[in-house]
Amino acid sequence: MSIPTREEMYRALEERHGSELQKKFASASVAVCGLGGLGSNIAIALARAGVGSLHIIDFDCVDISNLNRQQYFPEQLGQPKSQALYDTLSRIAPYCNITADCVKLNEDNIPELLRNENFICEAFDNADQKAMLVNCVLENMPEKYLVSGSGMAGLSTANTIVTKKITKRFYVCGDGVSDVSDGLGLVSSRVLVCAAHEANAVLRIIAGETEA
Amino acid sequence: MVKINGEMLDKDGMTVTAVLADMGTGAQRVAVELNENIVPKAAYDSTVLKDGDVVEVVRFVGGG
Repeated sequence: MSIPTREEMYRALEERHGSELQKKFASASVAVCGLGGLGSNIAIALARAGVGSLHIIDFDCVDISNLNRQQYFPEQLGQPKSQALYDTLSRIAPYCNITADCVKLNEDNIPELLRNENFICEAFDNADQKAMLVNCVLENMPEKYLVSGSGMAGLSTANTIVTKKITKRFYVCGDGVSDVSDGLGLVSSRVLVCAAHEANAVLRIIAGETEA
Repeated sequence: MVKINGEMLDKDGMTVTAVLADMGTGAQRVAVELNENIVPKAAYDSTVLKDGDVVEVVRFVGGG
């Protein structure tokens, strides 16, 4: 069966979200930095909502240990995550404008690589890298909206995962304390809750709802 | 008094570096906002808190 046209897909989203909100989603550009348990789920939520442009960035390849929580398929093992997720997003939202970069973000390339997107999701797994990205964006690109994730490991209650507004354009999602190195590691459901918080924060900001 | 992560604390005159040490956290895995502005890492040693300052220290833990 052939897929719906661009207009048919857009109309279906308009019927769900209303034309005013859909126009905002469609004109938004979001960068997702890190395509693991957080980033792959964030990108899918944003693509399904009809965000117009997504920039997905990760230097890593799909590993069998990722399949417990990340949105990849066994036949994609070994592929760059940026390419594998590009393929999946293209099936979900074929008219989304997706840019996929297989690159490791650092203080030198962040200002250039993230220059086009107004909204940035931090979705790394390493705490040092999370802090690096957040500090680099806040110091160099104060005009961007930044949503970060910290604290979603283990299988304790999901009710402690929250979105906190730190400053005017900086939000942090998570419980703030559950470290991947303590005990159980990462479980799909709790990582998904945090990813959903990040995606929801971005969509709310795009909609003009800037409170957490 | 200085408001740090919502709590009023007697930290006037202390540097950001000293406050982080008191909290038991290093400078590596944090982002520090002072009165709604990011404090660059390079300025942690030289930034002295004064009465009425509002500080947010975001600590990052691993996992994603």
